[in-house]
Amino acid sequence: MHRILIVDDEPNIVLALELLMKKEGFEVHAVDDGEKAFHALGEFQPDLVLLDIMMPKMDGYEVCQRIRADASLKNVRIVMLTAKGREVEKEKGLALGVDLYITKPFSTREVVSKVKELLTVMPDR
Amino acid sequence: MLQQWIILLVSFGYLGILFAIAYYGDKRADAGRSIISNPYIYTFSIAVYCTGWTFYGSVGRAASTGVGFLPIYLGPTLAATVWWFVLRKIIRLSKVNNITSIADFIASRYGKSSVIGGLVTVISIVGIMPYIALQLKSISSSFNVLFHYNSQNVSELGAGHDTALYVALVLAVFSILFGTRHIDVTERHEGMVAAIAFESIVKLLAFSAVGIYVTYMMFDGPKDLFRQAALEPEIARLMTMEPLPGGYASWLALTFISMTAIMFLPRQFQVLVVENVNEKHVRTASWLFPLYLLAINIFVLPIAFAGLMFFHAGSVDADMFVLTLPLKAGDEALALFVFIGGLSAATGMVIVETIALSTMLCNDLLMPVLLRLKLLRRDDMGRTLLIIRRGGILLILLLGYLYFRLIGESYALVTIGLVSFTAAAQFAPAILLGIYWKGVSRRGALAGLAGGFAVWAYTLLLPSFAISGWIPTSFVEPGLFGIFELGPYHLFNLTGFDPITHSVFWSMLFNVGLMVGVSLFGRQEALDQLQAAMFVDVYKKRVIDRADAPLWHGKTKVNDLKGLVTRMIGAERADAAFRSYALRHSLVFHDDSLADESLIAFAERELAGTVGAASARVMVSSIIEGEALSIEGLMKVLDETSQVIEYSHRLEQKSRELEAATSELKRTNERLKELDRMKDEFVSTVSHELRTPLTSIRAFSEILQDDANMDPQQRQQLLRIVVKETERLTRLVNQVLDFTKIDSGSYQWAHEKLDLVSVVQESAAATSQLSQNKNISITRESPQRPVLVFGDKDRLVQVIINLLSNAIKYCAQDTGKVHIRLSCADDKARIEVLDNGPGIAPSERERIFERFHQLDDSSKSKPHGTGLGLAICKTIVENHNGRIWVESNQPNGSNFVFTLPLLADSR
Repeated sequence: MHRILIVDDEPNIVLALELLMKKEGFEVHAVDDGEKAFHALGEFQPDLVLLDIMMPKMDGYEVCQRIRADASLKNVRIVMLTAKGREVEKEKGLALGVDLYITKPFSTREVVSKVKELLTVMPDR
Repeated sequence: MLQQWIILLVSFGYLGILFAIAYYGDKRADAGRSIISNPYIYTFSIAVYCTGWTFYGSVGRAASTGVGFLPIYLGPTLAATVWWFVLRKIIRLSKVNNITSIADFIASRYGKSSVIGGLVTVISIVGIMPYIALQLKSISSSFNVLFHYNSQNVSELGAGHDTALYVALVLAVFSILFGTRHIDVTERHEGMVAAIAFESIVKLLAFSAVGIYVTYMMFDGPKDLFRQAALEPEIARLMTMEPLPGGYASWLALTFISMTAIMFLPRQFQVLVVENVNEKHVRTASWLFPLYLLAINIFVLPIAFAGLMFFHAGSVDADMFVLTLPLKAGDEALALFVFIGGLSAATGMVIVETIALSTMLCNDLLMPVLLRLKLLRRDDMGRTLLIIRRGGILLILLLGYLYFRLIGESYALVTIGLVSFTAAAQFAPAILLGIYWKGVSRRGALAGLAGGFAVWAYTLLLPSFAISGWIPTSFVEPGLFGIFELGPYHLFNLTGFDPITHSVFWSMLFNVGLMVGVSLFGRQEALDQLQAAMFVDVYKKRVIDRADAPLWHGKTKVNDLKGLVTRMIGAERADAAFRSYALRHSLVFHDDSLADESLIAFAERELAGTVGAASARVMVSSIIEGEALSIEGLMKVLDETSQVIEYSHRLEQKSRELEAATSELKRTNERLKELDRMKDEFVSTVSHELRTPLTSIRAFSEILQDDANMDPQQRQQLLRIVVKETERLTRLVNQVLDFTKIDSGSYQWAHEKLDLVSVVQESAAATSQLSQNKNISITRESPQRPVLVFGDKDRLVQVIINLLSNAIKYCAQDTGKVHIRLSCADDKARIEVLDNGPGIAPSERERIFERFHQLDDSSKSKPHGTGLGLAICKTIVENHNGRIWVESNQPNGSNFVFTLPLLADSR
């Protein structure tokens, strides 16, 4: 069963994503800022991170950078979900090693199918 | 006793040697290998200053006044110290303007005025006449002494009139041969300068020879000589300053006039300036020449004292001691050498002086007159010029002879010389003021020169005629018409000076006074101004260029112009000159083409080198159709120049203004860019804030749509969230609209009389939920009585709520404290919202009230607003004539303050 870490400071969005992912049968853990996300990475060992950009303490870009700098986390997929819709921000995210960049508001079906797609190539635990 | 034929043979032999040197010098110059281009030859040629006066007269003067002979050599020594600055400038000016004489120089400076040139010439000829007489006297006296010497009848020896006449004639011929051999008279006289330099060496050697002979052969060295001299009371008296006539005033006056004489005697100007080959030679001359003077003066006192000891008082003319001492000792060979030395000194002076004077006489006095009267045939002007100059030399020498005949016997050599020095000093103000002060005008110079000359003539020249018996002596004593105050030796009752000092004082006073006075109170003419500027600013390159293009207004053909120059300087040189001009300016001349202004000016300068500036101007104007120089035209050009200057000033001003405008624009542009960036940021932030609730709404709606079997309880929960997020969206949209409305000024204010106490209370109540969520307490502090203002209640509530929710937002959970205080001070109500949050950096305190501005703290905590809250507050408060700002709340936190004007019944 794949594990998914949700990082967003907006409780309602976290709730929605949790519902979606659990329904697909993933194991889900949610945190509301970048620092917590970083700690959760080690303990929870997610296969995929759903990451917001604008968050307190540590923003999404930095979390992304840290994940990519850590060899032990090299298989972790990162999906950036953000309300920042400008092209530069998307490019910045992709340059930092994001696997997928999805703009809020998103289509729930699209998010689910993309997440599944990303995880199919990975072996189940 | 020397045979007359030996003396004549040696004399003519010596003159022959001089002539050979001059001939050789000219030949070398023609071949382009100048022998005088050498600072030492230049210095020796300057020593033409030491004439028969120095050679014979110094001893004579020392015999009667002791060191009184010295000022004449002290002056030049002092003058030499400033040669590098003053003389060099004069030389530079003369080269630029092709100056041929001192008269030409002064005339050029003062608008090429032929009147000034003529006046300077007259002053020179009249003033130098006594000086030439002096040379004739010294030569003929020395000849007679040498020829007739025998110890019994020395007292009867004088200068024979016939001898002097012969001497004058021989010298005239010699000068003509030296100075005017060539058809072209423009060249410098290189041969003559070489001969003069040689003569200077000969006279120094001769004088030193007799000095050494007297000191070491007739006495046992200087110590012995002075010891013996001191024994005789008459001579001992000479070793003090006591015998100097006129005392220190005289000493000063003599030093002054000899300072000017070394530069402004016509012959000194000739060798120093006109014949100068290289400006740099001045540097050597300015230290070597004083040394020459020292050398030639060192034996003056010994010879004078020896003479006084050997001959009884008055038995022998002291002026002739140099000659009579060796004769008395029986050394005739030495005497002959001394005679040659004296001859050198005198002939050198006469040759240079007459050449200089005849050039002036021709160029600055006769030519302008002849040209104006149209008496000159154009086709043989060069020839005419030569005849005039030769005649001039003869005339000047005969004038000198005449003066000698009339006056000479009554005066000592030195006194005669000083009369000439005083005349030459009259040129000093016109030249020295003229090259340093643009303000001296032509009229001023004319007045000064004329005034000084008149005073000189009245106080020195005329009395000499009177004393010699040619006019009644009552003119001198008591004075003109018997009036003491008009006496030439005590003018206006000025007594106590000797005649020379007296004359120097009055002539200089009149000269400088008139020059400065007339210049200051009169207007300068156009050409005068132009020349003045050029003379004063000669070292500036621009001015020299302008010398090439003085302003000619009129037309002539190249052919005519060239014809004129050819007649003056010869076909070959004219051809060469025009060819090099064409080459320099890349022109091809056609004989019938019109000459432009610059070519006319060039031709004028070529002519000026031959006939002087004033005559050249008249000549050129004679072949030019139309006005030679229209003052209107000149003024027009000057006006144009000043207009161009004015225009360029205006351009500079404009470009400075443009620069200022540009940087202003730059600043505005930066500001606009910043605003644009902020607006961009704002739109991005607003859209972010809008997207967040939108995301929840869409996500939950889709979940609900996709899951028809969801349990009703969860469905209710999700729908509640959708509703709440929709409300949040509405709030946001309203705030943006609010802001836009207030900001654009289209909001309808609902002002009324309000009690702020209740406004604050209402606002605090509205935020109580928010504070409870974070477990933050809001404390309130208000006066007991109503605080009345005139305002829009809803908007004021909005402001306070905004401030309170900001405070809550930035305070920490649980420990946060927010305090709102209402108070009155003077005529203002004051509302303060204090928190213990992180506070606001001083640099941000102004800017947080700007629209779209958000604190850059995204790394610490997410901005929760739109960036509009405080901007809206500020707009509202200012609309109420209030003020809003933020202070720091010690020890930490912020204090947002705003004030509103109190209503009158609340104060």
